[in-house]
Amino acid sequence: MIIRILGEGQYDVEESALDKLNELDATLEAAVEAGDEAAFGTALAELLAGVRSAGAEHPADSLDESDLILPPSDATIEQVREMLNEDGLIPG
Amino acid sequence: MSLMKRISLIFRSKANKALDRAEDPRETLDYSYQRQLDLLSKVRRGVADVATSRKRVELQVAQLEQSAAKLQAQAEKSLQMNREDLAREALTRKSALATQITDLKAQYAQLQGEEEKLTLAQQRLQAKVEAFRTRKETIKATYTAAEAQTRINEAMSGIGEEMGDVGLAIQRAEDKTAQMQARAGAIDELIASGALDDASAINSGDDITRELESMSSQADVEAELARLKGLSAPAQPEAIEAAPAPGEILDAEPAKQESASDSASSAGKDA
Repeated sequence: MIIRILGEGQYDVEESALDKLNELDATLEAAVEAGDEAAFGTALAELLAGVRSAGAEHPADSLDESDLILPPSDATIEQVREMLNEDGLIPG
Repeated sequence: MSLMKRISLIFRSKANKALDRAEDPRETLDYSYQRQLDLLSKVRRGVADVATSRKRVELQVAQLEQSAAKLQAQAEKSLQMNREDLAREALTRKSALATQITDLKAQYAQLQGEEEKLTLAQQRLQAKVEAFRTRKETIKATYTAAEAQTRINEAMSGIGEEMGDVGLAIQRAEDKTAQMQARAGAIDELIASGALDDASAINSGDDITRELESMSSQADVEAELARLKGLSAPAQPEAIEAAPAPGEILDAEPAKQESASDSASSAGKDA
C-alpha cells in the first residue's frame, strides 16, 4: 500500500508492516486525545520512522493516490486537530 | 476509525474538492495542468522567499558576531590596561549579544530546514506535473470524452493529493517565515542604529572605546619607546615564533584565546 507522509512524499509499505504501524497509530491517537504534546511527539516520530523503515520511496513521477496520509514530522497536536477539522486545511 | 484513516479521508476529500471540473472531462485536464504550473511557480517563489529570509538572518548573525568580537577585543585590551570595570562592561554587552546570536542561529537552522523541504516538494511536484502532462496528452489523443473519465479521475486524484501536500508545505513555510520577520526587523533596526557597531553608543556615560583608545595610544607609545631602546619585555617565553616586538606579544596572547573560543562557538569560522 502507498503511505504519504505530508511534506515528505509517498512510500510503498508492505501490508505485513501494518499491524505494527496501527499500534503506533493508536498511541498517537491517544496522545492527541489526551493533549499530551510530549507523548504525541514521540508517537509521531515512531510512526513516521516505522513507515520510512518498512517502506520504499514510491516513484516520484507516478500519479498514484495514497492509501494513507500522515501528518508532517514537525506537526503539533494543534495542527493535527486542524487537519481533522473539515474547515482547517486548504490544499492546492 | 484510526487517526491515519481519518486524516487521509479528510485530506483527500479536500484535495478533490479543490480540483476544477469542466463540462468536457478532457478540458478538466488542461485546467488542472494550468493550476499545477501555477502551483509550481508558487512553490519556486516560496523557496526564493525562504532563502531571502535565511540570508537576512545569516547577515545579521555575521554582524552581531562582528560586534561580539569587537567587544571581546575591548575586554581583553581593558584587562591589559588593568581596567576590570571596562572589561566587565564589555563582556556584559557581549553576553547580551550572544543570546541574540544563539536565537538567530536557531532561526537560521529552521529556515534552512524549510528551504530544503520546499525544494524537495518542488522537485516532487515537478516530477508529477511532468507525468501528468504526458498522461494528459495520451488521454486526449486516445479516448473519447466518455471513455476518458475514469483515466482522468485517476490522474487527477493522484496529482490533487500532491498539490494539497505542496500547498500545505508552502503555507507552513510562509507561517514560519512570517514569525521571524518581525524579530529580524527589530534586529535590523538595532544594527542600523549603530548601537551594535559601537559598544560605547549603547551607554554614552560609559565610553569604553574612547577610554581604551586614549589608554592604548599611551601604551603604544610606551611599547614603541621600549622597542627603540632595545628593551625586551621580561618573562616572555622563548618559544614564541618569529620573535615579535614586545607590544605585539602583549596583543597576541589574548588574540589566541579569542580565536580558540571563536572556533569553538562558530565552527571554525576563523580557523
